[in-house]
Amino acid sequence: MTQISVTPELLVRTIVENGVTHVPYLPDIEHDSTYQLMSRAPSLTMIPVSREGETMAVAAGLIVGGKKPLIVIQNTGMFESGDSIRGFGHYARIPFVMMVGYRGWDPAGHPKDSAAVYTEPVLEAWGIRSFPILEDADLSRIAAAYSTATETGKPTAILLPEETK
Amino acid sequence: MIRVSELFARFESRRDGAIVIPCQTARQPWFDVSREPDLDVHFRGCMGKGSSLGLGLAMARPERPVWVFDGDGSLLMNLGTMATIVAQAPPNYSLFVLENGVYAGTGGQPVPARDKLSFEGLARAAGFERTFTADTIQQVDQNLDAWLQWTGPVFGAFRTEIVPGGNRLRDQLPHLWDCLGRLRSRLAHPPAS
Repeated sequence: MTQISVTPELLVRTIVENGVTHVPYLPDIEHDSTYQLMSRAPSLTMIPVSREGETMAVAAGLIVGGKKPLIVIQNTGMFESGDSIRGFGHYARIPFVMMVGYRGWDPAGHPKDSAAVYTEPVLEAWGIRSFPILEDADLSRIAAAYSTATETGKPTAILLPEETK
Repeated sequence: MIRVSELFARFESRRDGAIVIPCQTARQPWFDVSREPDLDVHFRGCMGKGSSLGLGLAMARPERPVWVFDGDGSLLMNLGTMATIVAQAPPNYSLFVLENGVYAGTGGQPVPARDKLSFEGLARAAGFERTFTADTIQQVDQNLDAWLQWTGPVFGAFRTEIVPGGNRLRDQLPHLWDCLGRLRSRLAHPPAS
């Protein structure tokens, strides 16, 4: 794999086709066109938050209330959210799904900053299975992330490197 | 200064199917008066995210009132929640802060700037249009029916006594996962009326 090639339109269409209802999110610069497209999708209710740790709590309320949220944050925001991930994902046993912007990821295996260095080790430490989406062919992993979360009763993470299209 | 047990008795008598999220040391006094435990979410930890949990519930279930009883220390840890709530403006959502000036759950250490800041002022500045502060139970008796008729999001501050808390509560009250599991079942399968 030498190039990331996920088409934002296909990504958002797949999110919608998976029945996602709400998107608690805090944007990052690498995925601006994805946010723009999600904001225009009639079936998605966008919930901008002030700090990333709110997203797990909002998602927990939505799930308990019968909805299907997709949390969208950057890996740096995931680090910031540690106690919310622990509390809602592990203590409260809410199987939320996060789509995490993989800032600093490098296809050649040379991360551009420490955010990328620690992303997967932190997820592993939390016991959270990750589903990288590096090209359009990987978009079926969104459904896999949801089914794994439901089956295991634990959160999962979709990893999404920087947009290139 | 308002006694929390007296305050909660008045709320419970007006509940009418509301989902209630008592946070931190509000859990025990709410547990003592609640007559619908399946609609209660006893919340602690997660750095003050009870108000955010309530927002998700209010958006998912707009037919039910959602009342969050937050602590002042908890709210300060998650202050951005006010802007997040106002942006969504769920009409069935009320955020009440029990203002006692301390982190009661950790032994009573003072919260920052407790003699200077105004929680109602913070709420107004964040964009809440319907707000109040109550210092006495008489004010509650005179106004609670009206406050509960307001269209949300509502913010209310109650200046209360300190309810003792700490680790002793952890094993006595329902755990968060049990509360959320019961609530999920209740919302999916409401009892026949």
